[in-house]
Amino acid sequence: MSGFSLRWYEEFFGSTTWTDALKNSLIISPLATLLAVVLGTLAAIGLTRASFPGKALLVSILISPMVVPVVISGVAIYLFFSPLGLSGSYLGLVLAHAMLGVPFVITTVTATLQGFDFNLARAASSLGVGPVGAFFKVTLPIVGPGIVSGALFAFATSFDEVVVTLFLASPEQQTLPRKMFSGIRDNISPTIAAAATILVLLATALLLVLEWQRRRTEQMRGTAGSAVRPPRRGLLRRRMFEG
Amino acid sequence: MSVAIEMDGGVPNLKARLRRAERLTKLKYIGLIIPLALFLLVTFLWPIGSLLYRAVANPEVIEALPRTTQALRGWDGETLPGDDVFDAFAGDLDGNRRSPVLAGAAKRLNMEEPGFRSVLINTARKLDRQPGQSAKDAILAVEPRWGDVSAWRLVARNGQLVTPFYILSALDLRITDDGAIVRAPDDQAIYVEILLRTLWMSVVVTALCMLLGYPLAYLLAQVSTGTGNLLMILVLLPFWTSVLVRVAAWIVLLQKEGPINKAMLALGLITEPLQLVFNRFGVYIAMVHILLPFVVLPLYAVMKSIKPAYVRAAISLGAPPFSAFWKIYFPLSLPGVGAGGLLVFILCMGYYITPALLGSPREQMASYFVAFYTNETINWGMAAALSAVLLSATMILYVIYARHFGPARANQITPR
Repeated sequence: MSGFSLRWYEEFFGSTTWTDALKNSLIISPLATLLAVVLGTLAAIGLTRASFPGKALLVSILISPMVVPVVISGVAIYLFFSPLGLSGSYLGLVLAHAMLGVPFVITTVTATLQGFDFNLARAASSLGVGPVGAFFKVTLPIVGPGIVSGALFAFATSFDEVVVTLFLASPEQQTLPRKMFSGIRDNISPTIAAAATILVLLATALLLVLEWQRRRTEQMRGTAGSAVRPPRRGLLRRRMFEG
Repeated sequence: MSVAIEMDGGVPNLKARLRRAERLTKLKYIGLIIPLALFLLVTFLWPIGSLLYRAVANPEVIEALPRTTQALRGWDGETLPGDDVFDAFAGDLDGNRRSPVLAGAAKRLNMEEPGFRSVLINTARKLDRQPGQSAKDAILAVEPRWGDVSAWRLVARNGQLVTPFYILSALDLRITDDGAIVRAPDDQAIYVEILLRTLWMSVVVTALCMLLGYPLAYLLAQVSTGTGNLLMILVLLPFWTSVLVRVAAWIVLLQKEGPINKAMLALGLITEPLQLVFNRFGVYIAMVHILLPFVVLPLYAVMKSIKPAYVRAAISLGAPPFSAFWKIYFPLSLPGVGAGGLLVFILCMGYYITPALLGSPREQMASYFVAFYTNETINWGMAAALSAVLLSATMILYVIYARHFGPARANQITPR
């Protein structure tokens, strides 16, 4: 044992393959998150407000990317995207990662909307705001924490995603987990340990933000002090693609 | 003016207008779902659908031998085909002699009958028709195999656009010349074993998760809020940490020179380092670690809603503590056991990364072979067939889960 040093972090940030991988992850994940949040939130509003025959089935289909084994989704997207020129492209990865993140956004935002009193939005409309204005001025501030949670889930899903990336990405689109995957296969170098530490810090940060958001939601609903806390349903669905 | 007319219509008209307005609102909300539905159609449903189609698709032979397969449509399948078929065959081979299409057909036929690749390629390469010689004679001269009815049956069978071959193979079955379904020879029967292994490993992991998770969830539900929150963080932090990080950590801990082996050596518990990783043991440890929160969280949610008064009442009526737990508490916690167990089981079935990094070849599950056939041997039909089998098993369990435990409470969304 020769004491501690930051040498392996230097190695991580000094090596272009690692920094490129980090950069790719930081390009792909936010874009995938944005796409998943916009599409998922719109759909969640529609699903909460409208009732029509076959809705339960539609919901099951919309959240099914969550239960289909991710290797199957990966192979399917790869074979489908290749002839379209989307494999080995950033666009293809963003679309695929957004697809994987959408179910988390739907379930989290839907759960939040169920506690939302839509009469508030109606009241705003009666006071002369248009539907879009009512959404931004009334609905969004109240259901915001739910959307933020959904976004964090979608982000974490994309930021940890290996399997679909394995099929879809060309060497230029290596993401951080993808790079770690091949690194662990070879041998576990201290640089991997440095990368792992960075990911653990990120996980801790995500967990703290999420806990904070959850408490905010509870307070808004006035359930903070109650004995039965709302089950962390969103969390359950996290990690489903992993392994 | 129009207002006056509507006023004349009175109440029914107002009702109609209200209905119309409501219908319009409803359509607007349904419209909000459409972008996502379209997005998933293109990025998920369609790809999965076309993958499943590949499990039965059979284009190779028709593509390479269009005239032959066409001519074989009218064949009785009992006697050697007539000159028309041989003529068509010679014509197809002439047209595709060096084309990759022919290699594709040869590869495809070789799957059903090992060795047939060279039969087709040889025929194409060597076929040289002398003037005045019939196509039949020329073909039989280079490759006598074509004098055998079974060779033609093989081609005729693959003249169909769909084939049960891949799906049957994924279940270790073969279709014989005369259309009977039989078991594959033992040395080729590998898939049922893989599927059973996938199921068995999922059963073991689920059981271990339950064994460890139940007491933990019970503890979480019993302690005070402060301690509970702290313990909950300990459950959630690994949950949020990348699976790759955890897998790497397990390799470091369990390897031969790792701290666990070193500690056991130092304590004199063992004399040789144990092989703890890159085998079944390592895979189980990591999978249980990764999946444990999936049983703890639903169990905790259910246990929190069990009123302590029930157990207290049982005890006050004279039940010993264990029997009060077993007869009152445990049955009330069963929905959590069911939800958590089924969830873990479904997730286990699709595991890929953990066995791939922590297991030996004998620990690889169904997902691994889907990836293998896609990337390594480029046998998409087989990858698709294994996907179809794995997906059906998953979907059956998912439907049970959704029915009983409503995974996405989204299923119960009701408009307010």
